[in-house]
Amino acid sequence: MATLKIATPLRSYTGGLAEVHLEGGTVADAISDLTTHYPALRGQIFNPEGKLRAFVHLFVNDEDIQHLQGMDTPLGETDRVMIIPSIAGG
Amino acid sequence: MLKISPETYAQICANGEFAYPDEGVGLLLGRHGETRAVSAIIRLQNAREDDARRNRYLVTPQAMLSAEREAEERQLDILGVYHSHPDHPNLPSQFDLEWAIPWFSYLITTVDSGKALESRSWRLKEDRSAFVEEPVQIG
Repeated sequence: MATLKIATPLRSYTGGLAEVHLEGGTVADAISDLTTHYPALRGQIFNPEGKLRAFVHLFVNDEDIQHLQGMDTPLGETDRVMIIPSIAGG
Repeated sequence: MLKISPETYAQICANGEFAYPDEGVGLLLGRHGETRAVSAIIRLQNAREDDARRNRYLVTPQAMLSAEREAEERQLDILGVYHSHPDHPNLPSQFDLEWAIPWFSYLITTVDSGKALESRSWRLKEDRSAFVEEPVQIG
């Protein structure tokens, strides 16, 4: 069961929890488990087409999943997942 | 309401003036409650390319990851983002709206000819349709 750390702006969708424990063998499974338990998070993480929003980045043990196997990145019991927004504006 | 300590607000203004004519950016740290009390900032590198930094800012996810960790160690919440508008009003742009995250406070400081003038804070509606201004108190 991997641990997922919730970035501050997303905690309002998890009842204030900063960490949750997720079931699943891959990042995709874990995020699916997350959005099943906290459905309001789905719209913040995914766009209407079901793709990760441009400013949402997923890290496993400090490594961006874009540099691993993407949503298929395997997860072990002790892995730590983080949802991190990139910040931009003008 | 966003309540900012005078020392912290001075740092925010100094950041905008130092970055001028580019945009300066950083994170607002403090305690979340009915009033958001900002007691510290984390200055961040504007990662936009050279010719875009005058009207755009970008913070990489790696920098955000480090900032999240720093906030956790200091036992503070990241309450929002501050940035400067060089020679431009402190109103959020369409680009600000497209990239904003609900819940965060977005503090914008006008820096006119290198001098920080005034700041206003904005929060994105949950449906992402518009910003709503939130009062700012220094003190």
